[in-house]
Amino acid sequence: MLWLLSRALGAAAVLFGLGAMSVWLTHNVETYYYLVLIQCGIAATLAVSLNLINGITGQFSIGHAGFYAVGAYVGAAWTMLWRPIFAKELPWLEIGSLPGDVANLIIALALGSLAAAITGLIVGTPSLRLRGDYLAILTLGFGEVIRVTLLNIDAVGGARGLAGIPTLASTGDLAAFWVFGLLIAVSLLTRNLMQSTRGLTWLAVREDEVASDAMGVDTTRVKVTAFVVGSTFAGASGVLYAHFFTGISQDIFGMDVSIMITTMVVLAGTGSVTGAIIAGFALTAMPEALRFLKDFKEYRMVVFSLALIIMMLTRPQGILGHAEVGFGSFVRLYQRLRLGVRRSAR
Amino acid sequence: MQSFLQQAVFGIQLGSLYALIAIGYTLVYGVLRLINFAHGDVFMVGAFVCYYACTRWLPFRDLSADPAGATTNIALAVVVLIITMAVCALLGVLIERFAYRPLRNGLRIADAHFWGLVAALPVAVRLGPFSHPGVLLAWLVIGVAFGYALRPVVAWIARRSVRATSRLNALITAIGVSFVLEYGGLLVVGADPNFVPTIVPERVYVLPGGVRVGTPQLAILAISLVLMLVLRYIVTYTRRGKAMRAIAHDIEAAKLMGIDTDRVISFTFALGGALAGAGGALVAALTHVKITPLFGLLPGIKAFVAAVLGGPGSIPGAVLGGLLMGLAEAFVAGSKASAFRDAIAFCILIVLLLVRPSGLLGRHVAEKV
Amino acid sequence: MVRVRNAVVALGVIAVFAAFAGGCKKDQPAGANDTGDIVIGEYASLTGTTATFGNSTHRGVQMAIDDANAAGGVNGRKLRLVVEDDQSKPDIARTVVTKLITQDKAVAILGEVASTRSMAAAPVCQQYKVPMISPASTNPAVTDAGDYILRVCFTDDFQAAVVGYFAYEQGYRKAAIFKDIKNDYSVAFAANFAKEFTKRGGTIVGEQVFQEGDTDFKAQLTSLSAAKPDAVLIPGYYSEVGTIARQAREVGLKVPLLGGDGWDSPKLVPGAGGPGGALEGCFFSNHYFSKDLKEEATQQFLAAFKKKYDTDPDALAALGYDAGKLLVDALKRAGSTDSAKLRDAIAATKDFPGVTGKITLDEKRNARKAALILQVKGDRFGVFKSYRPEEIGQ
Repeated sequence: MLWLLSRALGAAAVLFGLGAMSVWLTHNVETYYYLVLIQCGIAATLAVSLNLINGITGQFSIGHAGFYAVGAYVGAAWTMLWRPIFAKELPWLEIGSLPGDVANLIIALALGSLAAAITGLIVGTPSLRLRGDYLAILTLGFGEVIRVTLLNIDAVGGARGLAGIPTLASTGDLAAFWVFGLLIAVSLLTRNLMQSTRGLTWLAVREDEVASDAMGVDTTRVKVTAFVVGSTFAGASGVLYAHFFTGISQDIFGMDVSIMITTMVVLAGTGSVTGAIIAGFALTAMPEALRFLKDFKEYRMVVFSLALIIMMLTRPQGILGHAEVGFGSFVRLYQRLRLGVRRSAR
Repeated sequence: MQSFLQQAVFGIQLGSLYALIAIGYTLVYGVLRLINFAHGDVFMVGAFVCYYACTRWLPFRDLSADPAGATTNIALAVVVLIITMAVCALLGVLIERFAYRPLRNGLRIADAHFWGLVAALPVAVRLGPFSHPGVLLAWLVIGVAFGYALRPVVAWIARRSVRATSRLNALITAIGVSFVLEYGGLLVVGADPNFVPTIVPERVYVLPGGVRVGTPQLAILAISLVLMLVLRYIVTYTRRGKAMRAIAHDIEAAKLMGIDTDRVISFTFALGGALAGAGGALVAALTHVKITPLFGLLPGIKAFVAAVLGGPGSIPGAVLGGLLMGLAEAFVAGSKASAFRDAIAFCILIVLLLVRPSGLLGRHVAEKV
Repeated sequence: MVRVRNAVVALGVIAVFAAFAGGCKKDQPAGANDTGDIVIGEYASLTGTTATFGNSTHRGVQMAIDDANAAGGVNGRKLRLVVEDDQSKPDIARTVVTKLITQDKAVAILGEVASTRSMAAAPVCQQYKVPMISPASTNPAVTDAGDYILRVCFTDDFQAAVVGYFAYEQGYRKAAIFKDIKNDYSVAFAANFAKEFTKRGGTIVGEQVFQEGDTDFKAQLTSLSAAKPDAVLIPGYYSEVGTIARQAREVGLKVPLLGGDGWDSPKLVPGAGGPGGALEGCFFSNHYFSKDLKEEATQQFLAAFKKKYDTDPDALAALGYDAGKLLVDALKRAGSTDSAKLRDAIAATKDFPGVTGKITLDEKRNARKAALILQVKGDRFGVFKSYRPEEIGQ
């Protein structure tokens, strides 16, 4: 009982802290940095959710933007198209006030992630029978099919996409709360999973699929579950994106986005949650940080791709490998540095 | 019926182009089990080489002013095709040597010179238009200097480098190479689309039954057919070809039998590059599409799908897959549902992989434990 | 409890980092400060898929600002143009416009060409009440974002109606449409054309779609040609139109092709096989700008642009120049950089002598201007006709 209480207290403290931080950020940080911070948060969520599939379960999906798109479109469709129908009967669905916004955002999140999860199930069940490169190209293909399908649905604007989505997430200064709340949720889920028996079977599938099959692990089930969970969180971040950036169109969810998310996961070190978060932040903020290189704008991508190749040559396991960054690693780094200073002093 | 046959003609023309590119994928996949993501960009470079050869490097006659120049132009067009294939073969070899081989064997200090040349490219572009001989010379000089400067860095990296075992790493490297070619291309030639002018006279024949066939389509079909036959000869009857097949079968055993695997792999990339280059030249010169540094991506991916469709590693499979893709695309594009033409490639792939995971003509290989 | 403590400490660390990164003051848009340079923000697609549009517009804008500074600036203050690249992506357009307003304190924003990106950035300008002038976004919905969003070009419902009206006037009764489904501009253009054309009494006999980046259009064109149209509307960008035209001729579709301002580029004719090629004699609508127009303003601009950049301007450069000029003029009329006054000054523009025709902004903040119908003749675009909004009943 005491255990439960302490957990509940802890969760409440985290939520409260997050909310306070969010309000504080909105009022004290310049909007441009705030915007970049939110983008970083969304990218990191996408990276961590793909990490569940690619890093932890060892599958190879490069079509993650498709699920992100499904979430964004379904979430936006709720707020823009379906909500007004229900709001006639249910006045608490009116937007503009904090409770109404929160209720709507939660419904949008639920619908968006559910839709993404179902899509993930539909895509995952057949394609996860395949391995490696085949799976990669198949997920890339599904991502494209999703995009082309969205392009051909007139109700969601076709090529124009949906513009003027009400900013549910930012009223009440809570955008950062939702985005980082989702990031923390998916990170904690991953971490707790890796310490559970169930998670160990996922890791087993990554390490050796045939062997874990022989040990009695239902590998297909594990892979599909990982795929569905990853897609769900991608869908949820899509909902937040739609509601914070107020406009979506299919070209935001193209193949290049999928490849970028995959790159984040590989760069971070497949399997490392903190690595995925760091890579998500770094790769999103980098182009903005390099904006001062006005005359060299064409070089940004060249430098980036060269860095990617060199990285693969020198540290194929990614920056962190399977390791995680925590407070302990800072302490160890500090000790190593101090040790180094002492050695050189001698 | 007439429109059905007509769409079939377009489909076969499109399919033979996909087949040319798909063969490159399938060859490389056969020997290295690697999706050479940069292959579509080799195709793009081929189109650009063709463009520069047709507009700058070779003395083509202007057909509208001088209709008698047709014979000269056709002779020069053959030269363009050979140049393009040679350049792309070289590009394929370079990509293998400096991006994929270090993944297998570790980085060498001598590789510094290549990266020096790459790093000098942006500097050279700043000096003037890249087609100018002086700029090219400056690029070489600066590149060699950069190369020497980079030697210690590369030596440091080489000491630390770990041989990658994961296919994921190989694929990400391939994506990196693809980006380098695309964005490097944007740096060098810009984003403005380019068009190859009409270099050979074009005519359209109307067959009985109203089906129209143009000389460009016939040329594309004939040239790809000849190239595929040549390739088939090389792979089936020459020593190099036999070595390629041996490596595809079992690389370790091939090594033990005294085959210089690195050389044969280089040769494979040269073959694939040459075919992609030929495809690029044919597309640029005969279908008149816009060429930009980013235009290789989609044909590349579709050709890869064609290769998987036919069964990766199988050359007849790649040809079959290419034709199938071309036909499917033409029929979808000509129907009411033309918006789904890009999706159809993937839909076919999805269905096929579920029914027959090893592709149409591929052999199923049991996984070793 | 260790975990909870960890989480709280983590949040603290994030907050401290954010505080350092973001500075401590919440941003304010520039407002009416009266000292220093006047900052004007521009966002454009300098790289990416439509880099040519962005660079062309930017040259025009830069020239307008340079001209104003050479003439002594505005109200005794120099103008400073800050340009940001949006990489041809709508989400980045939003970010850079936020940066221009909150970091660089721009008093007005110029941009974009593509309507999708203008629509992504417009809500930001509206939120901060910074006037945004779009030089060439023709989608009608762009200015719906609010009263701070204005433009110096006409809208697609007018432009496409002109083409529909013109097509009927030319004696075409059966038209087919071949549109780029990935491109919002193309889809809206096709719809508005169809509306006007059928209203006059014509019929749409076939409709097919393509996507930017396709290499082969023959299959769709064959199915269009089976419907035997009198003309085919291809509302796309020049980069695709030339190829489409060549392949249309190859499959035996010989009827005139019609298009919109997306065709306007020196690369259009080379793409169609050179002078006398597949597009010879075809028509497209464009902004009121052409080398052949004898207006003094046009000729002056042509000469000055050629002198500055050593190349001929296209309509986008002219529109960029007009957007810049109009803004400078409005700044002078407003007599201050106060955003409300500036907005009102821009919105009140009447008969402003631009190089793309006289500009009058209507109550929906769109420019009421004439449109040209150009005909491809050799490697030139000859002025064939011009229509004022009143003439076609708008």
